[in-house]
Amino acid sequence: MFQLLEENEKMPHVIETIQLTKEYNSVKAVDNLNITVESGEIFALLGPNGAGKTTTISMLCTILKPTSGTATVNGFDIVKEPNNVRESIGIVFQDPSIDDRLTGRENLQMHANLYGVPASEQTDRINRILKLIELEDRADDLMRTYSGGMRRRLELGRGLIHYPKVLFLDEPTVGLDPQTRDHIWKYIRDLKEAHDITVVLTTHYMDEADRLSDRIAIMDYGKIVILDTPNKLKETLEGDVVVVRANNISALSELVTKWLGFNQKQVVDGALEITVRNGKVAMPRIMELATQNNVYVESILLREPNLEDVFLHYTGRNIREDTSRELHGLSAARRRQIK
Amino acid sequence: MSETRGFYSLWLRELKRFVRDRTRIVTSFVQPVLWLVIFAAAFATRFVGSLPADLNFRQFLLPGIIGQTILFTAMFMGINVIWDKEFGFMKEILVSPVSRLTIFLGKMVGDSTDAFLQGIIVFVIGLAIGIPVKPITLLYALPILMLISFGLVSIGLTIASFISNLEGFGAIQTFVNLPLFFLSGALFPLKGGALPTWLTDVAAWNPLTYGVDALRHVMLGNAWTPLQVQPLWVDIGFVALFDGIMIVIGTWAFTRMK
Repeated sequence: MFQLLEENEKMPHVIETIQLTKEYNSVKAVDNLNITVESGEIFALLGPNGAGKTTTISMLCTILKPTSGTATVNGFDIVKEPNNVRESIGIVFQDPSIDDRLTGRENLQMHANLYGVPASEQTDRINRILKLIELEDRADDLMRTYSGGMRRRLELGRGLIHYPKVLFLDEPTVGLDPQTRDHIWKYIRDLKEAHDITVVLTTHYMDEADRLSDRIAIMDYGKIVILDTPNKLKETLEGDVVVVRANNISALSELVTKWLGFNQKQVVDGALEITVRNGKVAMPRIMELATQNNVYVESILLREPNLEDVFLHYTGRNIREDTSRELHGLSAARRRQIK
Repeated sequence: MSETRGFYSLWLRELKRFVRDRTRIVTSFVQPVLWLVIFAAAFATRFVGSLPADLNFRQFLLPGIIGQTILFTAMFMGINVIWDKEFGFMKEILVSPVSRLTIFLGKMVGDSTDAFLQGIIVFVIGLAIGIPVKPITLLYALPILMLISFGLVSIGLTIASFISNLEGFGAIQTFVNLPLFFLSGALFPLKGGALPTWLTDVAAWNPLTYGVDALRHVMLGNAWTPLQVQPLWVDIGFVALFDGIMIVIGTWAFTRMK
């Protein structure tokens, strides 16, 4: 009896990766990944395009085979029991994956059939999902008449028709306008509450990770750089961000490093952002230094660190700087819009 | 159980897409009419000596054009696979727990149903423009139409599974469609005329030759016997063998598709 209880207490993690690795031409897209995801949480993999997020998710969904290492999803091994894994998960891909010559309801029905949902339950489940994603009145229209946001909502709902325990979302709002993104986030939270599932998502949007997830793993070059709750991540920076606008940003940037020893800086939209331990003390110093060196300060303000700063702190780069990788994201976004 | 339902939903999808594509159904009327009216009018006199006295050229041509329609429709179905890959729906199917065999069979039988329906449309067109064929023979032709479709659709699906863009598929399609069509005896009798032996030798390896021959057996009856390539049952045996081989190859091709 006692032993039974102990077994129960050690509930296995919903997802556990063990030295999970994927190599492409000897480049490690995912490099010895060890993470665990707990039941009922929204877990975000955050990183620039090309960081290995999609590769990680694809392995967990058994679309890709790992080069080495493995993982368990709902207790099933992704290498040895791929079919069991597939039956217990839902997937929403980065790129659209609907048949736009079928109606919304037909897309859902087809999914239900492919995943073996009993015929007697299908109508009921489909109606409930349609209500949740607020597409009841458009359910019998061909999907080619849907907007981008509506298609995305249908894909989200479709991933839940077979009552999966884990829902994987790969860049759920890429290429959508801000208002639609807001809606999608609401649906994701509602769906999660209504179905009591675990959600794993990838994103390269800071605000998405911040607002949606319980825990965030920042990923770069195939490795987890840091993993924690959004608030803890921001607290680790221990300090404030001073945002300065001036007539000579580069000169000011050199000065604060040389004379004040501030190393964590970046230029965002023409303003110098300096991460410091105590902003109230640093501000007058920066002003003084600028005046002495004939740099004219237009404005100076203090703010709390956000995820963008966290990312910079741990990777040494701005997530938006990496233009070569950003192209990837743009083409993905464009593909979505063409539809 | 879930495999059966998966198969059914894949089949139903192909059928729905076909029925909803009105433009394609309307344009599918055009080509057979051109062959059966213009080509037949121009070439009928040239074949007078080589056909039995109780057969006219249009009677002879109709089963050939039905075979051609099934061939072209079947190959065209490969385009759907490429569209599905391009627009992501293939992913939704491939990651589902349904086996690749079922996915292939569902698509193949679904597309074959479309090709089969096109074949029936051509038969009806033939009757409508006054070609003297007994309507009842359509019933005997149905299983043969289905049998021809299976193998040819499998060719289209197999090729499409290896190719990722529409242009590439279009180019390869031309290399498959026209040789199979011209070398099948659809347009001219393979026996009786003074055809070069290389041509009849190659035609003997063409599965469509036996499909068209089988159709002529059931649609033209005894009038066809003097010019038959093989007896009906041999024709059916060859087509069935070809279907079996193509289904194995097609399933293998779908298994390795990402």
